[in-house]
Amino acid sequence: MDLGLNETQEILKKTARDFLESECPKSLVRAMEEDVKGYSPELWRKMAELGWLGLLLPAEYGGAGGDWVDAAVLLEEMGRALLPGPFIPTAVVAALAILEAGTPVQKDKHLSGIANGDTIISPAILEPEGAFSARFIQARAAEDAAGYVIDGVKLFVPDANVADYLLAAVRTSDGVGSDDGVTVLIVDARSEGIEVTPLVTVAADNQCEVALKGVRVSRADVLGQVDQGWRLVRQMQMHGAAATSASMVGGAERVFEMAVSYAKERVQFGRPIGSFQAIQHKCADMLVDVDGARFITYQAVWKLSEGLDGEADAAMAKSWVGDAYRRVLAHSNQIHGGLAFSKEFDLGLYFRRARAAEFAYGDGVVHRDAIARQILG
Amino acid sequence: MDFGLDPEDELFRQEVRAFLDRELPADWLGMSVSWAGYGAASGELEGPVRQTFYKKLIKRGWPTMAWPKAYGGQDASFTHQYVYNEEMAYRGAPESGGIAVTYVGPAIMVHGSEEHKKKFLGGIVRGEISFAQGFSEPGAGSDLASVTTRAVRDGYDYIINGQKTFTSGAHLADYIWLLARTNADVPKHKGLSMFVFPMKTPGVTSRPFLNICDVLSFNDVYFDNVRVPQDALVGEEDKGWYQAMTGLDFERSGVARFAGCRRAMELLVRYMKETKWNGRYLAEDPLARERVAETAVDIEVGRLMALRIISMQTRRMSVSNASSVSKLYGSELSQRLARLGADVMGPFGTLTRRSKWAPLSGFFELAYRNSVSATLGAGTSEIQRNILAQRGLGLPR
Repeated sequence: MDLGLNETQEILKKTARDFLESECPKSLVRAMEEDVKGYSPELWRKMAELGWLGLLLPAEYGGAGGDWVDAAVLLEEMGRALLPGPFIPTAVVAALAILEAGTPVQKDKHLSGIANGDTIISPAILEPEGAFSARFIQARAAEDAAGYVIDGVKLFVPDANVADYLLAAVRTSDGVGSDDGVTVLIVDARSEGIEVTPLVTVAADNQCEVALKGVRVSRADVLGQVDQGWRLVRQMQMHGAAATSASMVGGAERVFEMAVSYAKERVQFGRPIGSFQAIQHKCADMLVDVDGARFITYQAVWKLSEGLDGEADAAMAKSWVGDAYRRVLAHSNQIHGGLAFSKEFDLGLYFRRARAAEFAYGDGVVHRDAIARQILG
Repeated sequence: MDFGLDPEDELFRQEVRAFLDRELPADWLGMSVSWAGYGAASGELEGPVRQTFYKKLIKRGWPTMAWPKAYGGQDASFTHQYVYNEEMAYRGAPESGGIAVTYVGPAIMVHGSEEHKKKFLGGIVRGEISFAQGFSEPGAGSDLASVTTRAVRDGYDYIINGQKTFTSGAHLADYIWLLARTNADVPKHKGLSMFVFPMKTPGVTSRPFLNICDVLSFNDVYFDNVRVPQDALVGEEDKGWYQAMTGLDFERSGVARFAGCRRAMELLVRYMKETKWNGRYLAEDPLARERVAETAVDIEVGRLMALRIISMQTRRMSVSNASSVSKLYGSELSQRLARLGADVMGPFGTLTRRSKWAPLSGFFELAYRNSVSATLGAGTSEIQRNILAQRGLGLPR
């Protein structure tokens, strides 16, 4: 039993922090909020060269063969830096979905591209009618002689405007069991009939609406099994939840550090505000939240690293970390006073990103519902 | 990174579990509800099982397993201690050893004379002697260093005058472990000393009073010209504060609280699945489901905070901040859990164990009362936050 990082992970942490501090300053984060692409292709290329984009992929696809704990270390630093771009959807969620469910042809076609930075792939799951649940997958893929024809709308699709492919959860039949009838299709994002409209979110983080009208997909682009895709969608959700939790831990820690150093510097009533117990107690609460968030996340990624079932752990992590990050931000905002509400101050960037992250791959309500079903039936 | 324990720890876990299966009655709920607070453990609530059970623990040497072999312990690893504390608390097993084992014995090992060691350590290992901790006073609670109970030298003796309060178990204890002022002319932390002497010493009187669990544990203890010999002093004169604050090298994860919470949650879940109210099972109520899920995750986060401390202790890292985190988080969590359990039961959650209608023999009702003490005892939540902010984060005083 050892809950610490190993030497390689400590080095990765330091390398990532140094790299992102110089390559992903807040000026870039702000610029990307206004950018059409929402990420820097140049930085993306450098991340590929560092082996980050293929971190979770084996060497045969140009990957680094890292495990989930390595990924969590990196993701914490990305969350700390507020790195914009499709890292989680592409290098974690899509990479693992194709690695684990793809045919040899699909793997050859897509995985090296992910690792070398050429290919961006995003999961397209949610729809307008309801939360994360198989019965709300209503985009229909009708089968014909040539393959499938998709009609429907996907929402909150990360980075669809720059994606090369989408992993779209679609309905291929009405299914006997409640989780049957869903299939995951690898859809070329530039196919005829696809219209991508960026959503204007609190985080300006490049989520999109994807309208699919008569979009043709070949049979060879079915990922996993026809009608049995919901398990794969759940796995994508689990991976996204674990990865997002790790990135939120990094963000929460930075927000907490900002508050503590500000409390030491800021003088009111002739003394540093950090000498007041009202401020000290908020700082102590933030410490508790960051600690708890880190270890509930570590347990989830450790289980995934060990090949154990991590679904419940990822759900626990995502729900707890989302709440903890919100509490940390509320305290940090309060300690920073009016600065917290000023757009030019960095804290607001974290506040807005955290709000989006809270809902990415399931919010607390969605995950607690799954936990409640497990505990209470 | 590895969240699993070693096979030898898991083997030991099986041994402890088998022991508990054998020695505790099948329907044992653990009415001391120690996961929720400090005030409900008592002979009355736990019945005759308490004494026989404790004797069997002593026979195995488990209460003092963390002690060095030289003093009658077993030099148990942190992970072994963790497993033992986790399993005992999960089953709500009767309290074992108390401050004699966790505090007084270790303090004597570090600060006591050879005479003290001979006089006390064997008796503690054998479970023969008990202690009351005479720290808090009417005027000294969170500001403990301001105690005013005086110990004045008189030849080879000390004469002690003053009053302690909230002294748990003083009416049953053989000895008092007393923090008293030996020097009033120096800053308050620098004039305190530690003493140990029999409660039967002339001039010592204790007056027990009930806590809100209706348990008799607290005492006012009065010292009226109590004459004790010089060897009642433990360690150095005027160094008592620093001795009292010395961290002891045992597992300090707080796992017991989280293990007890996990068990309490399981009892609640079973009750919710079996009990109908308003025409449906409690387990079907959406609001209750959300709160149960939330609290279950909170408990798991706490368990990991504890596991993390063991991981740090195994690596010989300092855990004083991490254990404050565990205490602060765990005590507030146990309050939420006690309230959740009692809330879910609706009006039945207000029935005490004396009512035939009380669900789970009034387990959550009692926990709800007991949980008031969780954030008060062993340093209030406010003091924990002060410590974390000032010592942990370096915020100015």
